[in-house]
Amino acid sequence: MKLTLKVWRQKDGQAKGKLETYVLDDVNSHMSFLEMLDVLNEQLIAKREEPIAFEHDCREGICGTCSLVINGQPHGPMQKTTTCQLHMRHFNDGDTIVIEPYRAVAFPVLKDLVVDRAALDRIIQAGGFVSVSTGQAQDANAIPVEKDQASHAFDAAACIGCGACIAACPNSSAMLFTSAKVSHLALLPQGKVEAKRRVLNMVKQMDLEGFGNCSNITACEAECPKGISVENIARMNREYLSASFTSEEL
Amino acid sequence: MKLDGKVPAGPLAEKWTKYRSTIPLVAPNNKRRIDIIVVGSGLAGASAAATLGELGYNVKCFTFHDSPRRAHSIAAQGGINAAKNYRNDGDSVYRLFYDTIKGGDYRSREGNVHRLAEVSTSIIDQAVAQGVPFAREYGGLLDNRSFGGVQVSRTFYARGQTGQQLLIGAYQSLSRQISLGSVEMFNRHEMIDLVKVDGKARGIIARNLLTGELERHAAHTVVLATGGYGNVFYLSTNAMMCNVTAAWRSVRRGAYMANPCFTQIHPTCIPQSGEYQSKLTLMSESLRNDGRVWVPKNQEDAKAIREGRKTALDIPEDQRDYFLERRYPAFGNLVPRDVASRAAKVACDEGLGVAPTGLAVFLDFSAAIERYGKSKAHATGLHDVSADKIRELGEAVVEEKYGNLFEMYEKITGENPYKLPMKIYPAVHYTMGGLWVDYNLMTNVPGLFAAGECNFSDHGANRLGASALMQGLADGYFVLPYTIGTFLADDIRTPRIDPNGPEFMKAEQETRDRIQQLMSVGGKQSVESFHRRLGKIMWDYCGMSRNADGLKTARKMIRELRAEFYQDVFVPGSANDFNPELEKALRVADFLEMGELMILDALDRQESCGGHFREEYQTPEGEALRDDANFAYVSAWEYKGWEEEPELHKEELVFENVELKTRSYK
Ligand SMILES: Cc1cc2nc3c(=O)[nH]c(=O)nc-3n(C[C@H](O)[C@H](O)[C@H](O)COP(=O)(O)OP(=O)(O)OC[C@H]3O[C@@H](n4cnc5c(N)ncnc54)[C@H](O)[C@@H]3O)c2cc1C
Ligand code: SF4
Ligand code: FES
Repeated sequence: MKLTLKVWRQKDGQAKGKLETYVLDDVNSHMSFLEMLDVLNEQLIAKREEPIAFEHDCREGICGTCSLVINGQPHGPMQKTTTCQLHMRHFNDGDTIVIEPYRAVAFPVLKDLVVDRAALDRIIQAGGFVSVSTGQAQDANAIPVEKDQASHAFDAAACIGCGACIAACPNSSAMLFTSAKVSHLALLPQGKVEAKRRVLNMVKQMDLEGFGNCSNITACEAECPKGISVENIARMNREYLSASFTSEEL
Repeated sequence: MKLDGKVPAGPLAEKWTKYRSTIPLVAPNNKRRIDIIVVGSGLAGASAAATLGELGYNVKCFTFHDSPRRAHSIAAQGGINAAKNYRNDGDSVYRLFYDTIKGGDYRSREGNVHRLAEVSTSIIDQAVAQGVPFAREYGGLLDNRSFGGVQVSRTFYARGQTGQQLLIGAYQSLSRQISLGSVEMFNRHEMIDLVKVDGKARGIIARNLLTGELERHAAHTVVLATGGYGNVFYLSTNAMMCNVTAAWRSVRRGAYMANPCFTQIHPTCIPQSGEYQSKLTLMSESLRNDGRVWVPKNQEDAKAIREGRKTALDIPEDQRDYFLERRYPAFGNLVPRDVASRAAKVACDEGLGVAPTGLAVFLDFSAAIERYGKSKAHATGLHDVSADKIRELGEAVVEEKYGNLFEMYEKITGENPYKLPMKIYPAVHYTMGGLWVDYNLMTNVPGLFAAGECNFSDHGANRLGASALMQGLADGYFVLPYTIGTFLADDIRTPRIDPNGPEFMKAEQETRDRIQQLMSVGGKQSVESFHRRLGKIMWDYCGMSRNADGLKTARKMIRELRAEFYQDVFVPGSANDFNPELEKALRVADFLEMGELMILDALDRQESCGGHFREEYQTPEGEALRDDANFAYVSAWEYKGWEEEPELHKEELVFENVELKTRSYK
């Protein structure tokens, strides 16, 4: 099929970017979206032009490296699908596709479609862990965990840290990402002990990084490739409130 | 140089415990004065960096990813082994040890493997304490499943995302150390050279991938945890950026590369569909717990399926050949990977393949769906249920177990695997070979350690499923943090290493020249096109089966391709900038050298063992024919210079506890 691509090109963080138009004549519908960009890049290289910079690694929907806003949607049109798992069979001959980087104050553009998501690491560093050093653990079966509870914790832990929730949110809020980690650990007995400190410190860091507030729009959940639920945000709010009332460490 | 694996003396089961308590310790006040560089933040690197930080060392951790959480380990699906014997099915440390030695076709060190089995249980404890949400049973205790090559159920899992959850556990521990200041993290930094001072590894040259700047980083010791080199084959299940550069550059600085020809071809991957394809996707081995592998018995049916005139459902039961169950009744669909892969290749070579390319076999879940459906109906007290209802109940059980894998399959192929059997074919997946290390995980270069997939240590000629995660975390959490003391104890008086010393300046200049050389070729062909061609040579001649003539041809082809690369590659952009094409060019340049070494090693090893199948050495039934009298050694290759013949060193493998037998899964 034949496609017209409008792709955001920006030399570096300082430069002004703009959409460039490229036409691809012969796109195979079994290709993945990123393979389609590979083909375009090979063509650009053949013309001795600089290829389009975009990030990717696993191409299996698990590493969270790929991003892109495709026709206005982070990770494109398919629900619960990362950009790398999107296939061209979901587009039609003759389509025009607009490809842009994530837009958020806390995610500065580095080049073309690549943005800096290090703020997400710093939120985890603020408290998204259990303080247990190697060798301190007791036997793994010493504390039974109810199957459903473990399963809920897993659902939250499935977040891949891609940042689509932030790109989808008009406020660029990082509540879904942060709440997924808070929930994952708060739901397990091993993580409960530090739950209060954790939620206070992570929320503080989130604000420091310049992410916006949550106004319950839930675009984050709709665009999240891993189906992370906004229930996590509600849980985090509860955790945060109760921690604020009882913590001495404010 | 005589290669000494330094396995401690004494009875197998006591070696590690005894040895561990004799390793020299570094006092806490001295640890603070010691700098350690860890390259890599996958399971091995993140666990090592976090633990070394906890112990009080100054750690600098490097990754080329934008975050430590993106390492390739994140993609591991099926599970992690541990000798917990929670099932009470007769598992033990010894049995895990034995299965691993046998699975590796008797080409690994007894001492190392036993230690791995011993510490396996602590890994699960540690992971659970970190909040890794492993699968559980209704009683709240941990669940297990089976993997290939074993007859017990010892694999712990977190749905189909075990690697993700374990890596996030290690990443969280690493994040804690970063926040405490004991680990300094360098994201988007790629190590492109190793720096030695007075023969010891004392630092690295790293390229800041955002600015293109070259940086000199010094430390008392360097740990590589940089993963495997499967991407030599271009198409593999590895993440796109996995590469051999850190290990290969260390080889160029004197470290030995061990058993490079031992690559694992995984039997259950989604077949290639076109020339544009950038990578292959694994369907976890755990699927072989419930999936049955088959092809049609006759070529006409296979042809009809290939041409779309029939589907799997049109082939009656008695016209199907469940070839693994037929050939290996004792292990059936759960034979080890190398055995399953070769059997699939044999079937396709006989014209029984079921994809348009002729390269695929079926992995069929219908029997499991029916079995689970009946059992579920029974358990919920339903009687006289229709076949459709049973299917529905069964599909729900299968979805709970493998839902994400089935979804991934459907996304990629557009076919629904609940209704039609999956089509699968073997693909390159893992590299057992890697940097040669002794029992302390130190390479032959003093002060250079290697952990995880980038060393050669524990899997011999074939790795068992769910054992790589185990090994990476064993190395990083429970082995290296102790054994690194053997080197560091003599270094507590060594002052901080100066990154401006002559060795560092020289290495930086050499790197700069190398980059300049690549940038200035200005040829006509893209880096990608060279990588593709290299991959094809490797797959055709050094893949699932190999022979002397083919290997010799391939060596010649690679040398020509390498020459062409330096004459005609085109790297766009600038060296002083964010330039993914240059990153790729540096990696492909190293693959072009590594590939040749793999071929040399495959030529040298005139036997068939594990993932290395030499057509000249097979039994009349087509099974691998090992030669213990002549090849029970680890091959360790020393780099001798550009276009020079590398020198082979041999570490004889000594088996004191297990008897070498022909591996049989019949
Ligand atoms: C699809 C798939 C599924 C798998 N499933 C399983 C499974 O179920 N069970 C199992 O046991 N095993 C599984 N494996 C194997 C297992 O995942 C890997 O062997 C293991 O995760 C490797 O871990 P590692 O820490 O050694 O390396 P990696 O996770 O590959 O990490 C390498 C790290 O090194 C960094 N790095 C590399 N080179 C450089 C450089 N030059 N400079 C800076 N940084 C560098 C990278 O950025 C990365 O952080 C699977 C593998 C694949 C491909
Ligand atoms: S919550 Fe969803 S969208 Fe947000 S980072 Fe995690 S996986 Fe990505
Ligand atoms: S490339 Fe890993 S999630 Fe898309």
